[in-house]
Amino acid sequence: MQNLKVYLYVFGLTAVVAILLAGLQVSLKDIHEANEAIATKRDILGAVVGSKKAKKLTDDEVLESFKSIEQIVVDVNGLIVEGVNAEKLKLADEEKKPEADRHYPIFIRNSDAGKEYVLAMRGNGLWDKIWGYIAVKSDFTTVVGVSFDHKSETPGLGALIKDSDPFKAKFIGTKVFNEEGVVALKVKKGGAVDKTYEVDGITGATVTCDGVSSMLANSLSKYKPFIVKQGISFSGDNAPAAPAKKTTTEETAPKVAAPDTKMPADSSATAGDEQK
Amino acid sequence: MAENTAVKEKEAAVSFGATEKKLLKDPLSDNNPITIQVLGICSALAVTTQVVPSFILAIAVVFVTASANLTISLLRSSIPKEIRMIVQLVVIATLVTVVELVLKAADFNSYKQLSVFIGLIITNCIVMGRLEAFAMSDKNKPWQAFLDGIGNGLGYGWIIIAVAVLREFFGSGSLAGFQIISTDSGTNALINTADISWLSWYAHNNLMVLPASALFVIGIFIWIQRSMNKKLVDIS
Repeated sequence: MQNLKVYLYVFGLTAVVAILLAGLQVSLKDIHEANEAIATKRDILGAVVGSKKAKKLTDDEVLESFKSIEQIVVDVNGLIVEGVNAEKLKLADEEKKPEADRHYPIFIRNSDAGKEYVLAMRGNGLWDKIWGYIAVKSDFTTVVGVSFDHKSETPGLGALIKDSDPFKAKFIGTKVFNEEGVVALKVKKGGAVDKTYEVDGITGATVTCDGVSSMLANSLSKYKPFIVKQGISFSGDNAPAAPAKKTTTEETAPKVAAPDTKMPADSSATAGDEQK
Repeated sequence: MAENTAVKEKEAAVSFGATEKKLLKDPLSDNNPITIQVLGICSALAVTTQVVPSFILAIAVVFVTASANLTISLLRSSIPKEIRMIVQLVVIATLVTVVELVLKAADFNSYKQLSVFIGLIITNCIVMGRLEAFAMSDKNKPWQAFLDGIGNGLGYGWIIIAVAVLREFFGSGSLAGFQIISTDSGTNALINTADISWLSWYAHNNLMVLPASALFVIGIFIWIQRSMNKKLVDIS
């Protein structure tokens, strides 16, 4: 009899709590999603304009700035996929699909210096997932800025990839791809030696930083088919850039003008490039 | 004899008398949860690097402690004794989840900054401690339990904000996000030490950014408080 009272009490308490929390969650869901969408936009803008500036923007300013950003989605072959919303694309979900079916988002910003492309990345930190955005110039290799986020890296150590503005600033001006077309950008423990492709590591956060390096290599190499279709060629590829099959206004192949792209043996490809 | 009962009745009728004032005032100094009861230190270490997150956490703790105290005090006669602690935990966890959901909607940036620390209020000893010590006691009425919760929450809150003020100012030269001292010329700050020659030796205290500094600061607070307050000398 006494036990029955306990069971009834527990049942009643659980029911009340469940209704309260479920009700609250359902009624706040839309606001939560709107907030998350703004936070994602802020991270993407942070990669381009710098996180300090992005942090200071109000929510309305974020939405306003984002209106001028073009969004496309590409697949593993570098072809643009129509009908998929780049913002809603979650790399976490894409990872679960078979490789051939994955889609990757690209955000394009028209700045005074030309188009800037923001690519998305995802990888593993020390404890759990890390992810971020990297903004590159129209040569698809010079870095304009980065932003990182993480699920549960150590505050003050691994978490610095997200919180430390000086760390992120070190990426500005580095290059993602080397001449052979391999992702060479990485975080180096003990300090960067070749500042073109290396960034100083964070003391005490070696595993997280190694995770960042792996993330750069894995995620950014997925964009290579698309990059090659834009007319960027690397000496490591055996064929000159194939004409893009299915594109919209992306066919601007700006690399010819960019002075800092190293294309020593590619003059033949350049000459034969499909400029329109 | 009749006078005693008359006095007692009068006291019982007053809703904000001397007892209630004591409930609010004591935890601020004489019975401070952090410096005297030495509870809730964990979050004091992690979240006090900056003032704004500490402030928001303080408000959250005041809300949770006061509401939990009130709820348990109202329910105390009906809780089966076999599941007393479980019920207390469920109440605390529910309240903290409510705080998380509301904060996520109201101030998403702070929510992301505070991340795990809101959830960790569930493990904050102060909340459970006050429930067991005060709210479960038959001597204390629900309204008093509510005030005790507010008092203890405020006592915890003002200490962590004070620690955060020191840590943020000496560790990064800012207060509540506003840069006051900067060592980087080109940064917008009230005082830019890079531009003032006789201040160029100044560097931010990096120890203040690490969690250990919170322990040092709280230790010093305890020392100062016990020396100044005669009632606290030798109570150990």
